[in-house]
Amino acid sequence: MKKWDLEISSKTFWWKWNLKEVWRYRDLLLLLVMRDYKASFRQTILGPIWFFIQPIFTTIVYTFVFNRVAKLGTDGQPPALFYLSGVILWNYFSTSLTSTSNAFIQNASIFGKVYFPRLIIPVSIVLSNLMKFSVQLAFFICMLIYYTNFTTYTANMSWHIVLVPLLVLNMALLGLGAGMIISSFTTKYRDLAYLVTFGVQLLMYATPVVYPLSMVKGKLLSIILLNPMTGIVEGFRYGFLGTGSFEWGMLAYSFSFAAVMLVIAISLFNRVEKSFMDTV
Amino acid sequence: MEGKVVLKAENISKMYRLGLVNSRSLSADLNRWWHLLRGKEDPHLKIGEMNNRAVKGNSDYVWALKDIDFEVNAGDTMAIIGRNGAGKSTLLKLLSRVTQPTTGSIGVHGRIASLLEVGTGFHPELTGRDNIYLNGAILGMRKSEIKQKLDQIIDFSGVERYIDTPVKRYSSGMYVRLAFAVAAHLESEILIIDEVLAVGDMEFQKKCLGKMDEVAKGQGRTVLFVSHNMAAVKSLCEKGIVIENGQKVFQGPIGEAVKHYMSKGSESALRRQFDFVKNDQFSLTEIGIYNDPIGQEELLLDKHKIQISTSFEVLSSEVSHIAYHVYNESGDPIFSMGTMDIALQMGTNTITCEIPPYFFQSGTYYLSLYVISKAQKAILIEKDVMSFLVTDGDRQMGAFMGREPGDIRPQFNWFSA
Repeated sequence: MKKWDLEISSKTFWWKWNLKEVWRYRDLLLLLVMRDYKASFRQTILGPIWFFIQPIFTTIVYTFVFNRVAKLGTDGQPPALFYLSGVILWNYFSTSLTSTSNAFIQNASIFGKVYFPRLIIPVSIVLSNLMKFSVQLAFFICMLIYYTNFTTYTANMSWHIVLVPLLVLNMALLGLGAGMIISSFTTKYRDLAYLVTFGVQLLMYATPVVYPLSMVKGKLLSIILLNPMTGIVEGFRYGFLGTGSFEWGMLAYSFSFAAVMLVIAISLFNRVEKSFMDTV
Repeated sequence: MEGKVVLKAENISKMYRLGLVNSRSLSADLNRWWHLLRGKEDPHLKIGEMNNRAVKGNSDYVWALKDIDFEVNAGDTMAIIGRNGAGKSTLLKLLSRVTQPTTGSIGVHGRIASLLEVGTGFHPELTGRDNIYLNGAILGMRKSEIKQKLDQIIDFSGVERYIDTPVKRYSSGMYVRLAFAVAAHLESEILIIDEVLAVGDMEFQKKCLGKMDEVAKGQGRTVLFVSHNMAAVKSLCEKGIVIENGQKVFQGPIGEAVKHYMSKGSESALRRQFDFVKNDQFSLTEIGIYNDPIGQEELLLDKHKIQISTSFEVLSSEVSHIAYHVYNESGDPIFSMGTMDIALQMGTNTITCEIPPYFFQSGTYYLSLYVISKAQKAILIEKDVMSFLVTDGDRQMGAFMGREPGDIRPQFNWFSA
């Protein structure tokens, strides 16, 4: 029997990830990210400024509700910096997760007409959001500089700031993994899609976004520490603001969590992508 | 390269589940999963039925394709023909990896690109230029490859003036032109094309078919082409596969494949005996469609007269006359014609309708038979009782390319003042 360049078979092997093919389509990945960027600000006057407006207003509202009304502490940080850091991190994670979890359904019309490695789509979603996150991060840094130079605030940055790219990568992988697992299940049964929309909202309260981890005590603390996003948010604040907590153990936990989830996600995704057009 | 097998389908089948996805399908899924987990065979694969949409079945599971085998050699131009719902599109989906076969496997040598649609992934907000890149990449081209061909693509599309305008501002014709232009510049060894030709205006259709002809014949690439348009199929392809109810019923030279398809298995494409079109008042025996003078081929040439001769038995004095409704290949009615003037006699009748030369454009036409009573009611209706293919006799190749708009081409008298 001759060896075929490509074999289309009825059998699926969950361990065949075909990453080589994903690499071959890397130009498509890049173009999809560019498309998302270009298309999102067509026919807007403010353009990329919209990247800032949403976190600014969310920060204002959080400051009012959680700081002024509910009197939750901010570890002694200016509320604007405290909430802004939480908001941009959480936004990145939650938008990555929710848009990835719709990957199959949203793109069914393209997937139904042409083949390319389906993995490209979730990865492009996470990368597009990463671009948005980077702009917001830059904005956060500007705010930090403003506070140090024009107010009495003194920045307390620690060397852990060099770990921020690692934290962001970790967060991206978490969003990608969770989103892909959900998208694999929602092709046939849409129930999970409903769960995700409010589940992500609720999950935010199980992450130290609007409160510092130092406020949480007892049994609740162990639950919150189980959340892989906790270490990321806390580590990020520790690096930039100097308060919060940083432990290698927490980082290691978040990373292993993301890694295991990603392996499951890609295997599931690979299985589903072959025939999801029949059930979507 | 010539003669080497580049695509081989072995035993491929595709099963679909009918009906809604709900909690009942969940229990079926769990059942299947439980069987597979214990290493047993999927219980649902056994109960699939043949794919015939007109007949009511008992099973929720249907074989859209069943045990299809074929080989394609390098440089072949192969047509896949069959009626609506026969499984052509399913086969294309399997070949283009949009979905997976239920059983069997397909081996491919070389790069395979499929065009089930033009303009897949076009984003309305992006400019024509951006969309060329995006669409090209989706179809499997590298960015550098697209860049290199960008000028050719823009030139071919003929929308240069609008290339930096968002495609949502394009007319539908411009949109399709641009989309086809990208597709036409794909460089893959095997190209799979669905009926994307039924788009755009005449000038562009000619261009598309010309390009396809060039791809197939000039560049010696392997092309699989799915179409209802028998005239286009005949001019573009050398071989054909006929699919009926999910099964391959014929494979061979294109002329025979078209004949097989048109005749639905009866002895001749243009003469057909009947024993099932009858009731207690009327019984159809035979319909024959001929050129006058009679040609040798199973095709009708537009330059000769066409005679439709119908033989039947009248069993009741209630029968007044018969009429045909004529449909084109998209299923649109063109006109109806009847025999009001001929008094039918009890027993055997043979009546012939003569259609003048150059009346039909080249293409496939379908006849539906209506038997009308004296009270002007339909006694018997038989849809798609016969089909025939009219071709442009003066052009050997690319008959479709010279096709004028519309289905008929009546010859009127013209005067100069």
